[in-house]
Amino acid sequence: MNTSTIIFYTIAVLILGAALLAVTTLKIFRSAIWLLFSLVGIAALYFWMQVEFIAAIQIVVYVGGIVILIIFSIFLTQQSGKEMAKPTASKIIFSALAAILGTAFTYNLINHYGFNSVSAQPFNTNVSEIGTQMLSTTAHGFILPFEVVSMLLLAAMVGCIVIAMKPNTGTIVHLNKKED
Amino acid sequence: MNEIPLTHILFLSTALFFIGMYGLFTRRNLITMLMSIELMLNSVNINFVAFNKYLFPDKLDGLFFSLFIITIAAAEAAVAIAIIINLYRSHQSIDVDDATEMKF
Repeated sequence: MNTSTIIFYTIAVLILGAALLAVTTLKIFRSAIWLLFSLVGIAALYFWMQVEFIAAIQIVVYVGGIVILIIFSIFLTQQSGKEMAKPTASKIIFSALAAILGTAFTYNLINHYGFNSVSAQPFNTNVSEIGTQMLSTTAHGFILPFEVVSMLLLAAMVGCIVIAMKPNTGTIVHLNKKED
Repeated sequence: MNEIPLTHILFLSTALFFIGMYGLFTRRNLITMLMSIELMLNSVNINFVAFNKYLFPDKLDGLFFSLFIITIAAAEAAVAIAIIINLYRSHQSIDVDDATEMKF
């Protein structure tokens, strides 16, 4: 039981405890904050696995982007202090049963298979390595998914604006008049 | 570092995935359902990175998969929140039980 082991189990408890509270607490704002803690814990797990680039991306995109977006949409759509309706007891029981049975089944499967790790090679995750491989056009390059994902982001941005836009254009005309 | 076997990280991500599934089943609020989906996507990311680190340390494919999953999750969250805001405008509620027009 050395320091690295203790750190791993601490991070695991943090992630799972925060995630459990995020899905069970009845106040929606608290739920978002617990989700934030869980995502920070996952970033800590990436740091522990020494993949610093993914950890940084996790913090920038999830903690800095998605959770903030969720909190803003909570502010826009409902009273954050109000408690949500409690789910019915039968729903809780059957969902918990499904989750526990699924966890037990997968646990059993993983335990049987074992996954003996093959090599003690160092895991090279330099940002320069990642960047070179992401933009390379050779057999193991990822340039095509990179370009496709950029198109997807553009389409998502345009789609969001169109979906969330107010249907009447009166306010825009009003603003233009003000500028004149 | 190598004292923790790969299976323990897999147990962690399995538990996280099923916690997300529990949340998806019990919640009736669209925003909290979206949070549960984020938890499930994150557990998949942990799996990709852990498999890459422990089984194929000479390659980087798992890292790329998790990078692309993070990107697509961000796009998905943005579109989902646009839809939620639109639904709130037309129904004054984001509860899935209140949006029953297309329910058979």
